[in-house]
Order: sequence, then structure tokens, then C-alpha cells
Amino acid sequence: MTGARARALVVNIGAPVGFAVLVVAGWALVKAVTDIPDTSLPAPGQVADALWEQRDLLWDNAWVTIVEILVGFAAAIVLGIGLAMVIHANRAVERAVYPWLVVSQMVPVVAVAPIFVIWTGFDLRPKVMVIALVSFFPVAVNTIDGLKAADPELLNLLRTLGATRRQRVRIAQLPAALPSVFSGVKIAAALSVIGAVFAEWVGASEGLGHLILVLNNQVATAEMFATIVVLAGIGIALYGAVLLLERLLLPWYHGGRQGLRD
Amino acid sequence: MAAKLEVQALGKSFGDDVTALRGVDLVVGDGEIVSIVGPSGCGKSTLLNILAGLQRPSAGSVLFDGVRPDTLLGVTGYMPQRDCLMPWRTVLDNCTLGLELAGVPRRAARDRARAELDRFGLLGFEDHWPASLSGGMRQRAALLRTFLAGRDVLLLDEPFASLDALTRWQMRAWLLDVWDAARTTIVFVTHDVEEAVYLSDRVYVMSGRPGTVILEVTIDLLRPRTPAAVVTPAFAALQERLLAPLMSAATSQPEAGA
Repeated sequence: MTGARARALVVNIGAPVGFAVLVVAGWALVKAVTDIPDTSLPAPGQVADALWEQRDLLWDNAWVTIVEILVGFAAAIVLGIGLAMVIHANRAVERAVYPWLVVSQMVPVVAVAPIFVIWTGFDLRPKVMVIALVSFFPVAVNTIDGLKAADPELLNLLRTLGATRRQRVRIAQLPAALPSVFSGVKIAAALSVIGAVFAEWVGASEGLGHLILVLNNQVATAEMFATIVVLAGIGIALYGAVLLLERLLLPWYHGGRQGLRD
Repeated sequence: MAAKLEVQALGKSFGDDVTALRGVDLVVGDGEIVSIVGPSGCGKSTLLNILAGLQRPSAGSVLFDGVRPDTLLGVTGYMPQRDCLMPWRTVLDNCTLGLELAGVPRRAARDRARAELDRFGLLGFEDHWPASLSGGMRQRAALLRTFLAGRDVLLLDEPFASLDALTRWQMRAWLLDVWDAARTTIVFVTHDVEEAVYLSDRVYVMSGRPGTVILEVTIDLLRPRTPAAVVTPAFAALQERLLAPLMSAATSQPEAGA
């Protein structure tokens, strides 16, 4: 069991890492055999150097962006799950609100973001609003779907056992919805990083998104790549944290599938 | 024997066109196992849903201990056809569901469930997720959940239909053992005549839609019964008595829907 799990871990981590090594090696090879200028495509080594040499600059700006992402992501989860529960609880609200939920995704956030800046200024608030706006939707939609996924026969069984509506929600519908909620939260984790960069492009004086604009003006391509690497690292860490939480909260969803049968 | 459950002139229509049940009369005595057999679409499940309180009859009444309750919800112990075990709860926490909803403290509920694990063949599996259980074990867990809810009448909707033949026989024999110890009243819905004869004190045969009782047969085989009873002439004769009207009910049915 543990041997098989260890092997699975090596394969699950080794395969993507191996692929990444291949891609970087190919990148280095392209740089070595062509004369693409460093301002267009720096070599992997130059990006690594920039990461190290600019570590203070990157860290200071990363911290700003991380705070934006965490607050915005949390707001998206609260907003998404809250909206889903209100919509699920009331059919009239669902009819009235659900279409607008979809419409909210048709609104180009790039266009709306400056308005948030006009409303709230250049502090944390417009960033949180942009991040929440781009990432609440998958949470809301997946939670609504999840709440509908509860087995109707189970709900009937609960009624025959004398369960109230509130008990049916707590015992059957919320637990049944959790895997879907996590699917939405995982998508939201990825979107929130995009949202943060977006928000900083519209109006910011610090943060990794802002840094990219500054470096772009200086044609500091290697440093831009380094910034992107840090941003990707933040996204991966956030996604990984969600994945870890899912494993902890839903052991039945992952572990119970395999197991002994008689 | 006192009547535990009495169904009088029960009818159920859906809209203007579909009559699922018409004039159903049946009596279930205290401590009896009574089976209801019928072709697909005869309204067995509708009847069971009404007895469970999930649907209201369009006509007639259901008496429980001689009185007509406001609602049958929470009066009878209903076991749906699928086991409906919650995958996010361990076997033990699935089984305590009825006790939990009755307000029994968690520890006491778990103790009561633990005490029954052995008899229900679940000992050592109480902390497993339902997904890791075999079909037979899942059904036994669902039955334990139903038993622990502590109702006087259990409504079992084809509980063994999804199991393989050998497991089904084990489960039938095991159910009789459990019933023999508790003498709970059981209403058993099945389309399997052999199963009905083997388990029951009496069997009602229902016609195709609109479903109504067309035959009542008393199963006067001695208890305790063993699977070997199946090969006796008396058993075969009873099976034949049930099968003939069931076959004609099934063929007179224009479409065999659910």
C-alpha cells in the first residue's frame, strides 16, 4: 500500500517535472543554436540570474500581490457560495438573478476595472473587486450545480426519518455539493492570479503586475520572465493549498474510491 | 393477530390520465412479513411511497394501529431501492442517521449501532467509507440504518434486486434471522416470486396499471425456513399459484414502464 502510494507520488510529481525540464532544455537549445536577441527571448540561465539578483524587488512586490490575491480570492469564495445558497434556496431568486450572473461574465472586466479605480482609488479595494469579479462565477455556478446534485431518494429517505428542510440541507445537500464547490474554487484560484495582474495594470504603484509594466518600459525581458515565474509560483501554491484542503476535508472523495471489496 | 397497517380502498392518480393505483385493500398484521409482488409499473413503488408518507393518496386511507395518522412521514421505516448510503459518512455514521434525527446524542447513537454490527455482518467495517463495501454489505448497512430508526413497520423496496444470486440468497436467509429475533413488521416489495414465498407470511399479487390487488396467498410453510425449502413440492405449488396471475397481469400490461 505505502510502496504503491510512494510510487504513485513519484510518477505524479516526476512526470510533470520531467516534462518541464525537457521544455527548459529545448528553450536553452533554441537560444544556443539561433541568434534570437535576449530582449526578445532571454536564456533560461538569464531568467534564473534575474530571479536571484532582483530577489528583493520581486519579493517586495510579490507580497503586495499575494495580499491582493488572498483577500480577493476569499471574497470570491464567500460571494460565490453565498450567492449559490441564496439562489438555491429560492426559485424566484434563481429565475431573477441567475441570468444576470451569466451576464456578469460577459462584461469585460478590463473595461470595468477603471470604474472601480474611480470609485475607490488606488488602494487594495479595486484589486479585490476585480479579483472577486473574475473568480466568483465558477464558485457560484459549481456550488449551485453541487447543491442540485444531492440524491433525491436520499432526500426522501431523510423526510421519512423526520428531517426538516434545514436538516436535509446540512446532512445531504451541503456535503454532496462540496466536491463541486472545490472544483469551482480550484478554477477561481487560477483566475484570481490573472485578476490581480489585470487590476494592477489598470492602476497600481506596486505589485508584480505593476512591475511587469515598469520592466516592459525598460525592455528588461529577463526580469519580466522572472516576474512571470514568481506569479506562476503564487498561482501554483494557491492551487496546491486548495488541493491539500480538499484532500483533508473530503477524504471520502479521494480515498474511498479504491479500497477493499469482498 | 392485530392489524398493524391497514390499507383501505386506496387510489392514486397523477393528473387526469394516469391512474397508478385503484381500490387497493390490504392488511399487514403485527410482526408479519407481507410481500407485494406485481409486474413492472403496477404501482408497487407508488404504494410504498404512500405508506412511507412521501406521497398522498388520491382516495382511500391508511390506518396505522387502527387510527389514521395526519402524516405517515416518520411513522414507518422506509428503505429505498438503492441503498442511499452517504459516501461522505462512514458506515457507522450512515447507520446512526435515524437516531441522529430522533435527537439521540452522537455517542449513544454510535454505541447502539456498534452493538448491532456483528449481527449485520459489518463488524470491522464501521469506519470504512461505503464506497469500499460490497453490494451485500451496503444493503446490510442500509438495513441496519432502517432497523435502528426504530419504527414498528419496515417498508423494504426490492432491497436485494441489485445483488448477485448467491448474495441474494445469503441476504434472504440473514433477513429472516434478524426478523426472527426482532419480529418487526415488514412490508416487502419484490418482483421475485421465489423471494416472496421464501420470506413471507402472506403475499399480495397486484395487477398491471391501474394497480390493484388481484390475489392474496397465505404462505403456510413452517418457520424457520432454510433455502432448502425451495425444492419442496409445497413451495413449488405456492410459487405456481402466484406466478400464473402475475404472468397474465404482466402480459395484459400494454407497456411495462417503471
